[in-house]
Amino acid sequence: MKTDPVITAQGLRKAYGPTTAVDGVSFSVEASEVFGLLGSNGAGKTTTVECLEGLRKPDAGTVRVLGVDPRAHPERLRGRVGCQLQESHLPDRMRVWEALDLFAAAAPKPLDWTEVLAAWGLSGKRDAAFASLSGGQRQRLLVALALVTDPEVVFLDEMTTGLDPAARHTTWELIEAIRERGTTVVLVTHFMDEAERLCDRIAIMDDGRIVAMGTPRALIEAEVGTVRVKFSTSRSDGRAGDCGWLTGVPHVQAVRRRGDTVEVDGDGPVLAHVAGALLARGLEPVDLRVERPTLEETFLKLTGHGLE
Amino acid sequence: MRLWRKLTWEELKLFAREPLTVVFAFGFPLVMLFVLAEVFGTAPETPDPGDPIAFRGVSPLSYYVPAYVALAAAAVGLVMVPSHLAGYRERGVLRRFRAASIPASTVFGALVAVQYALALVGGLLVVVAAYLAYDFPVPEAYVGPFVAFLVTVTAFAALGILLGAVMPSPRAAQGFGVMLFFVMMMLSGAGPPVDVMSPTMQNIGKAMPLWHGVVAIQDPWLGEGWNWGELGVVLAVAAVAGALAVAAFRRRT
Repeated sequence: MKTDPVITAQGLRKAYGPTTAVDGVSFSVEASEVFGLLGSNGAGKTTTVECLEGLRKPDAGTVRVLGVDPRAHPERLRGRVGCQLQESHLPDRMRVWEALDLFAAAAPKPLDWTEVLAAWGLSGKRDAAFASLSGGQRQRLLVALALVTDPEVVFLDEMTTGLDPAARHTTWELIEAIRERGTTVVLVTHFMDEAERLCDRIAIMDDGRIVAMGTPRALIEAEVGTVRVKFSTSRSDGRAGDCGWLTGVPHVQAVRRRGDTVEVDGDGPVLAHVAGALLARGLEPVDLRVERPTLEETFLKLTGHGLE
Repeated sequence: MRLWRKLTWEELKLFAREPLTVVFAFGFPLVMLFVLAEVFGTAPETPDPGDPIAFRGVSPLSYYVPAYVALAAAAVGLVMVPSHLAGYRERGVLRRFRAASIPASTVFGALVAVQYALALVGGLLVVVAAYLAYDFPVPEAYVGPFVAFLVTVTAFAALGILLGAVMPSPRAAQGFGVMLFFVMMMLSGAGPPVDVMSPTMQNIGKAMPLWHGVVAIQDPWLGEGWNWGELGVVLAVAAVAGALAVAAFRRRT
């Protein structure tokens, strides 16, 4: 039996003065799913989640989180939704344990915060003031605060922005740990690799609208559609030549040569056909491989611009 | 209720860790009281015939202690709370709290409770210090001054939250609050006695809430009974500032 979606947004619209930040966004998130909102800065991602969190009132459209309208009945979501907000802080002089203790007190059935503290590797920072924490430690504390209420849904907004690569990877492991708990996660990001690695489904936002939605793989295959085969062969090898002859092979769409590397774009079973054609000419490149298109290429194709 | 108690305790700790808080609310009134008592003395005023009465016919110390008790309330409301709250706004602390089901009303409730506690400690310090250091005559009445003090704290608590709501940044809130604090202090009976001020000074002083708070506390303290008129003015300040503060925060969210 299919359960009701954990989150639904229908025709969500929000304008700030003359600027329309979110322009008719609809989607739903199923239980235990990691759902990504991907887009460049100003695409409307944060405004969308702020409407879901009940922090902003949409101009139009409906929002339901766990079946509840978060603006009308925030009290019914107490402790059931955890939020990690973009650009939010705690008071500088608040200590780590005090923050956890306070946030736990706001929930009906919180977890034991000492265990949360340990689980997120913050036991050693129990008595440290918020201002004294490093970027990675702050991020961990903010996630711990979102989880100490034992929520059914967590919103994570740009949690790796400004972190160094090591801290980013640690944060990804943290998100995977949240998924393991069976918690539904809404992840807002403008990092492709992050979305591709962590999300079960992604909605790509551009200019206040959702331009595509689906699993990362489906999005890539639907939008990019091509398969890229690569191999190396020496220019001086007369049997290969400029490899232009490969365009005559079935399923091949384009061939490019870059130094010793040859790139063949095609569809479907192009790899098998290219391999056969190479063998027929006596070529046995050891590095013949398929390069899968990335989400980044999908994004560029969909939005016509990069992420910055 | 449990959350409010926890947040109140947390806020108390946060304020106690703020050096400025301790200096302004607790240290400053004590230093001023010491200076004024040393300069003007602690003997009852005995003006020569024809000379003006400055200290309402009592000792300068008796005159100033109620004023500095009121000043403790003003220090908490004008110097401590506005920058604290404006900082919460600027840094997204209020949003962070709201997203965690800690509503703004609970934060304000905690801040009001903290202001009562801190002003009470500041006011008590003034009274106890005056009692220990000098031969300080005990108040003529207790209930009247105490009620007037609580009303004064309420008014400054509301003003503090209002300033925290409307000031553009914590620094602006700090600057404006400190300025208001000193102007009120100088022109409301905690600096030169009001009876020797020029009419202009008196008029400016009367336009500010601390003047009325001082008189409302002083009158029953010196045995002249409740001053319902001044008490009403302070109460009105509390009501108007409180309503404006709530409206300002509603507009921002």
